Amino acid sequence: MALKGDYLGMALTVDDLDIENLEYFKHCAAHDFHLQQCDDCKKLRYPPTTACPWCTCLTSTWTPVEGKGEVHSYEEVHHAIQPAFKTHTPYLVLLVDLDTQKGQPTPDEALRVVGNLTTPDGKLAPPDAVKQIGIGSRVRMVFTDVSDGLSLPQWTLDEGAKQPEKPWRYPQE
Amino acid sequence: MPLPADTDATTPKYLRDKYAIVGVGETTYTRGSGRTTRALGTWAIRNAMQDAGLKASDVDGMLSYSGNDSTFGPFLAGDLGIRLNFFMDVHGGGSSTEALIGIAIGVIEAGMCKCVAIFRSMNGYSQVRIGGTGARSAAPVNGDQLHSRAYGWQSAGQMFAPTFMRHMYDYGTRPEQVAMVKVVHSEHASNNPKAYYKKRYTVDDVLSSRIICKPLHLLDCCVETDNATCVIVTRADRARDLRHTSPLIRSVVGRCSKPRTDMHYQHGPISRVAGYYAKDILWPNAGLGPEDVDATGAYDAFTFTAMIQLEEYGFCKKGEGGDYVASGITRLGGKRPNNTSGGHLCEAYTHGMNMVIENVRQLRHDVDDSCPVGPDGKRQHTYDYREGGCRQVKDIEVTCNLGWANPMTGSAMVMRRG
Repeated sequence: MALKGDYLGMALTVDDLDIENLEYFKHCAAHDFHLQQCDDCKKLRYPPTTACPWCTCLTSTWTPVEGKGEVHSYEEVHHAIQPAFKTHTPYLVLLVDLDTQKGQPTPDEALRVVGNLTTPDGKLAPPDAVKQIGIGSRVRMVFTDVSDGLSLPQWTLDEGAKQPEKPWRYPQE
Repeated sequence: MPLPADTDATTPKYLRDKYAIVGVGETTYTRGSGRTTRALGTWAIRNAMQDAGLKASDVDGMLSYSGNDSTFGPFLAGDLGIRLNFFMDVHGGGSSTEALIGIAIGVIEAGMCKCVAIFRSMNGYSQVRIGGTGARSAAPVNGDQLHSRAYGWQSAGQMFAPTFMRHMYDYGTRPEQVAMVKVVHSEHASNNPKAYYKKRYTVDDVLSSRIICKPLHLLDCCVETDNATCVIVTRADRARDLRHTSPLIRSVVGRCSKPRTDMHYQHGPISRVAGYYAKDILWPNAGLGPEDVDATGAYDAFTFTAMIQLEEYGFCKKGEGGDYVASGITRLGGKRPNNTSGGHLCEAYTHGMNMVIENVRQLRHDVDDSCPVGPDGKRQHTYDYREGGCRQVKDIEVTCNLGWANPMTGSAMVMRRG
């Protein structure tokens, strides 16, 4: 069944035939992050795809994956172009290397999962929190509940992890 | 026509110097054109035909690209009385110019037609804003887009910024180095009567302009304009009968890409861009290398895109792009000027066409600056590059265009003087 939700005044939809994304968001709605694991080569992949990028296998099994990792790169948006985000600037978009399968199958590859920096309850982070995060920061996954059956994975500072003394930030600050 | 001694018909080297860009044309570069993309397109194509000395009956192929923000080729061909033996309108933005020039060579080589007009017509300011604001930004978010747009990750600057930021992290690239791309291109634009922005900027101007999406300041981002542009491709032997000494195409690469085109950030290093792969097609097919190039046209949708491409194609070592663009090499009068028209940052936003047009005029040794026109109808270039002056590169023989779609996809072309 298709998914629909309204997030910050922005319409989010997943169509009936889009079974990969429907399954992905079904697990997110249960706050239990899953990725496709290839039935042949057993590698995990993100975001959802219709075949295995490493071996072309068409079948996969949705597998629970720990939502912990490290910020690989980030951006800080001050001029939002989408109306939904205009009242939430500055906000961070994070590319996070999951600890799971990091550096595999080649050293520069990772399950690099997108998300905003949010508070632990999944709300876009306030400006003082935005300033604390940079490349190398340790984060854990949380979820933003959009509607019944639709939640977005997000990132928040991992309070339990050892943080770098000074995460790398844009030099002109 | 005798073939060069190194001809190997099984490789693209066979086509080296066999095709030419015989005509180039554009509309004025404006905001608020007040015309349809159909009207703009016919204007630019007609200008290119007149530039080449071609009649409507000489053109029998047409290619265009757009993102559902233009008019399809058959309407423009009809308006101009061109009967088509071949046409195709493809989806695409940056990196399409060189890719479509490659397609034009292919279809002429296949005997499908003889002469192809390639155009891009857009109201990139007054209709579909290239920066992504307006109707496009408010559209519903569906399916795969949830992994990007649902996070406020949508416009070109937003989509590319993680690459730029990681480049600074990996290589210590400094904001004031990258700002020099804008400074230099603004100097070039000040010598270009067609340029939308002719003002010269300083590094401080760039760094003190407001942050759009860190690491991008407002002046790290290109201009949005309304315009159409056209280049015409045909065989070199036909080109000899036309108006100009037309530049010859040494090699092209079209939309060469990094792995994982579904979501390229999965495959690092993410500070690497498509040129890493494209250079291994471009240079061997051209039979030339970066050291042979007199001027570059590195796509400057952002200051960073020009810088990263120049290093990836080997104009300096990987990671040293910041030093390269800050060194003065890319300035008119420097060793290898980049985007002598002012490029996307200053002249106009055309999805890559204006940089090819500029290099064609450079290679004709007849760039349209403010130098006086002599009795033979050609400009008497002074090579004085002060504000408002000349922008012709002296004795230029070889150019290289580096087209950018995004970090994962790029195109390139080497041309030489005919």
